[in-house]
Amino acid sequence: MNMRISAGEFTERSLQIIGDLKHLEGPMLPILHAIQAEFGYVPEEVKPIIASELNLSRAEVHGVVTFYHDLREHPAGRHVLKLCRAEACQSMGSDRIADRVRELFGIDFHQTTLDGAVTLEPVYCLGLCACAPAAMLDGEVYGRVDEHCLDEIITEVRR
Amino acid sequence: MTVAIFVPRDAAALALGAEKVAKAITQEIAARGLDAKVVRNGSRGMFWLEPLVEVRNGHGRVAYGPVKASDVKGLFDAGFLTGGDHPLCLGLTKDIPFLRQQTRLTFSRCGVTDPLSLDDYRQYQGLKGLEKALSMAPAEVVKEVTDSGLRGRGGAGFPTGIKWKTVLDAADPQKYIVCNADEGDSATFADRMIMEGDPFVLIEGMIIAGVATGATKGYVYIRSEYPHAIETMTEAVEIARVAGILGPSVMGSAHAFDMEIRSGAGAYVCGEETSLLNSLEGKRGIVRAKPPLPALKGFLGRPTVVNNVISLASVPVIMDRGAAFYRDFGMGRSRGTIPIQIAGNVKYGGLYETAFGLSLGEIVDHIGGGTASGRPVKAVQVGGPLGAYFPRALFDTPFDYEAFAARDGLIGHAGITVFDDTVDMLKQARFAMEFCAIESCGKCTPCRIGSTRGVETADKIAQGVEPEKNKALLADLCNTMKFGSLCALGGFTPYPVMSAMNHFPEDFAPTPFIEAAE
Repeated sequence: MNMRISAGEFTERSLQIIGDLKHLEGPMLPILHAIQAEFGYVPEEVKPIIASELNLSRAEVHGVVTFYHDLREHPAGRHVLKLCRAEACQSMGSDRIADRVRELFGIDFHQTTLDGAVTLEPVYCLGLCACAPAAMLDGEVYGRVDEHCLDEIITEVRR
Repeated sequence: MTVAIFVPRDAAALALGAEKVAKAITQEIAARGLDAKVVRNGSRGMFWLEPLVEVRNGHGRVAYGPVKASDVKGLFDAGFLTGGDHPLCLGLTKDIPFLRQQTRLTFSRCGVTDPLSLDDYRQYQGLKGLEKALSMAPAEVVKEVTDSGLRGRGGAGFPTGIKWKTVLDAADPQKYIVCNADEGDSATFADRMIMEGDPFVLIEGMIIAGVATGATKGYVYIRSEYPHAIETMTEAVEIARVAGILGPSVMGSAHAFDMEIRSGAGAYVCGEETSLLNSLEGKRGIVRAKPPLPALKGFLGRPTVVNNVISLASVPVIMDRGAAFYRDFGMGRSRGTIPIQIAGNVKYGGLYETAFGLSLGEIVDHIGGGTASGRPVKAVQVGGPLGAYFPRALFDTPFDYEAFAARDGLIGHAGITVFDDTVDMLKQARFAMEFCAIESCGKCTPCRIGSTRGVETADKIAQGVEPEKNKALLADLCNTMKFGSLCALGGFTPYPVMSAMNHFPEDFAPTPFIEAAE
């Protein structure tokens, strides 16, 4: 859990988010997205709160959180760099780009640099397949990623 | 008269720098005190020309591209607001051959209009299909869609009208329309383009589906990898609600229909309709056994139409122009038009909407112009990560559901990835298994375990460990996955694997045979 907020405040914010969304049909994913947007990840402590509010077991909530690639159980780095690893990007040399990025940051996919600057994640298609290889940095999209483009991304990350 | 300058807001255009270009143009307009405005349109789908800037003057729309922010000053100096010549000038947009030769029905407005302008939408034939549907009995609307021959554009090719009829005939006080916008296949971006470039057409299509089947609530399940599409669709729904197009009385009629945009969470398998429904309900995205069909027991156990974005977005034009008009395009049992997405290592990559029936060779060599790298085309994968790899020898295959099936392939969501001769097909076969292992929902054994064993077996072939025995094992494994899996993820992963092995046996040889480049 984020150390900067108290347990009481954490529970209060979680209840607020759940309360705002629980009227939806199938509220679980909207709630989990909102929790992650608020805290940066889905803390272990929030699972029993969601379970109790939605009248589910903790196991069910845990099952959902662990099913989806997007939902984090730990905080990410300050930046999240997603590199597309799917076929269209492969055909334009995305594997070489991935090797270069791993080398530059000294981390593999699903890892965060020691200084907490960036988390590297694979993504299977950003729908930018006609301008491959593609990447996404904190929601900003990049097409035809090459050395020059990587420099731009790295400058952004190191800032 | 104020000159309109169009700069796309499509994610692919943004990925190539459209935002900086738009900003630079706005600054130049202000600095020079010109009577011009920037309009953010969708993309025309010619990605080698993006960012494609268009200027609308008295003669029509003149295209310039690809434009970099650093080109903007020069464009103004050359007088591009009044049709001035410039090295980047491409002439009238509608005359660019890639666009001129298309039959744009579903994508008629995409790239032309401001996606969030209802005035633009109405001006370009928007809402006419819905107006017509509202004047008809639900069964007549369903019949029109059935007669058009429209089949599910998500990949399965199931007749849309028949699905709708099942839901119409199901007696239940609450029915749903669910739009599958979990476009996860590599080489596909048609759904993304329509949601970002013409969101109202999808909204209109969903309302017509609601009117036709008696459903009053709709959901669009958009993959989280498409933040721009989520944003545009969310805004468009709000605009449609304010305008009375969505709500308790659709355009003043007795029909009620409202809709919500939902975001996925990065699971490829959620593109499978039953897995999507579970995800929408807030569960793990595990595939459900069928029957019961979603049309009878779908979202929250209610009768539900689950349709792909393009299927729904094709309905307004069918209702407006009539079933016969749409059915007259195409070949065999594949009627109407299909937005083909040409991607990967290709010179002219983009979206090409045309009637079914073009040969694969025409699409890849003539329309796509061959590879971007300039090397020979070795293979193309049609239909995303679960689609077969086709060699040049099969380039005479017409783009048609049945013709592809007859050659052990599928057209899927109509995405084509082009590979040059540097591709290693054993590596691609291994990737197909690896992808299945990463994305498997885990419910059925052939998919969950088979995919991992497939990766291991492909590795053994690559290492030269008993290659003949392991190739036979891989083929046997594919057979088990194809016939024993619950859904298309495990069931179709054998397509890329077997096609790679059958059409490119040289890549599966113990010592790779390296062909001379020339």
